[in-house]
Amino acid sequence: MKDTQEFFERNPAPSPEFLKTPFPMAPKEEDGGEIACCGPPAGPRSGANEKPGYLVWPFVEEFVQTPAGDTPRVRTRLSLLDRFLAAGARLGIARNSHKVAPGLYTLGLPGPESPVLVTANYKLSFDAVRSSMEGRSAWLLVVDTRGINVWCAAGKGSFSADEVTRQVVRTRLDLAVSHRTLILPQLSAPGVAARKVRRATGFTVQWGPIRAGDLPRYLDQGNKADPAMRQVSFTLGERVVLLPVEISMVLKPVALVILAGFLVSGIGHGGYSLAAAWHRGWVFATGILLAILAGAAVTPLALPRLPFTAFSAKGAVVGAVMGATYALYVSGGWMAGWALVLLMAAFSSYLAMNFTGATPFTSGSGVEKEMRRAIPFQTLAVLGGAVAWIAGGFV
Amino acid sequence: MKDFRYLSGVASLRVDEEKCVGCGDCLEVCPHGVLKVEKGKATAVDHDACMECGACAKNCPAGAISLTPGVGCAAYIIQTWLKGRGGVSCC
Repeated sequence: MKDTQEFFERNPAPSPEFLKTPFPMAPKEEDGGEIACCGPPAGPRSGANEKPGYLVWPFVEEFVQTPAGDTPRVRTRLSLLDRFLAAGARLGIARNSHKVAPGLYTLGLPGPESPVLVTANYKLSFDAVRSSMEGRSAWLLVVDTRGINVWCAAGKGSFSADEVTRQVVRTRLDLAVSHRTLILPQLSAPGVAARKVRRATGFTVQWGPIRAGDLPRYLDQGNKADPAMRQVSFTLGERVVLLPVEISMVLKPVALVILAGFLVSGIGHGGYSLAAAWHRGWVFATGILLAILAGAAVTPLALPRLPFTAFSAKGAVVGAVMGATYALYVSGGWMAGWALVLLMAAFSSYLAMNFTGATPFTSGSGVEKEMRRAIPFQTLAVLGGAVAWIAGGFV
Repeated sequence: MKDFRYLSGVASLRVDEEKCVGCGDCLEVCPHGVLKVEKGKATAVDHDACMECGACAKNCPAGAISLTPGVGCAAYIIQTWLKGRGGVSCC
């Protein structure tokens, strides 16, 4: 109370004369009250669903009243902002912040008979579903997978029967629809036991297609998937989009390797030479960057065309070929040449082996077996390469 | 997907024919068409295509399918070697 009194003492109310003078920028009655003095005309009044502290996503077209409460109706066409954010996610920028709020959304104007599609709250998953549903009406139930995509969330256990149940109950989905069916993405099945969802909610799970793009056909066929919709694919396009993240994840450790390369490159005949460190260091750094390209880009892209089944072997072949070509090109002596071949083969082999984690067909048991065989060779090649590179300074 | 085959004879997928009730739920969730129901029992007709995602085991009402689910990711596996399976959540 004392604070309030002080406030009014310090800020006396404006005099009645002052209040009568019109605000100079206010629309004047003689102009019809329409004219804004400067800038573009003001937008409409804030909607009832704009709340302090919240930002309404631009993909929300409007809020519609449904038996389950006010529900955001989302656009089915992706905007420039959506594409910009998607590019960021693909490049590995703020990878863990591409989330949408879990809960119930609508696509088009669904009624009590409309299907309920379920997806993860990773924005790219959410975008994939809504953009495939142009001109259709459905309910979209977004599960709190902690901002992780469907497949990875199912593997980690955050796309689970419990999480699906939580959203079904929380959103009062039972009020919105008269049927009792949920369409879940097939790739959530590693995390979701369908029978547990039915027991907990009364909703029966139907497994939708793997790819959101197949949803219209799946729905048109009366919720029936073709065999092709049930099988994962790994096309060139699906591999290309994975590369930036693969590369961005290794940049930090690689920077350390390159730094070490510059340091040891100065060792030679007459003790330590800064000129040699600079000159040979660049040859080394370029070689390592080429090895990243070999293991994290060329190998994934050419995957089905490369010899061998083991990824480490595929990567070693690409790394060794690129290493040999590069060594001949820079012609820094035979010892340094061998060093480049060994180091580039080893790095490329490791990165290719790590790419198994991004593919939809390698089993954990298989990767573990491959690693037990490959890591000793990779280690030997790195050690041999490092020794040869330092020795190259003396030859 | 026929262009992509990984190491053969390693997948840990096992179907217990005694327990299997032949419902076929596992066929529907498998992303590689590994399983078929033959004579009322699920069998792995393309065992080497199994990537151990665990969808079939999770959705088997009879608990007839066992496997070691895991991500085929090198960084993760190295961590499990160092810290044991319980100590690592992801890579």
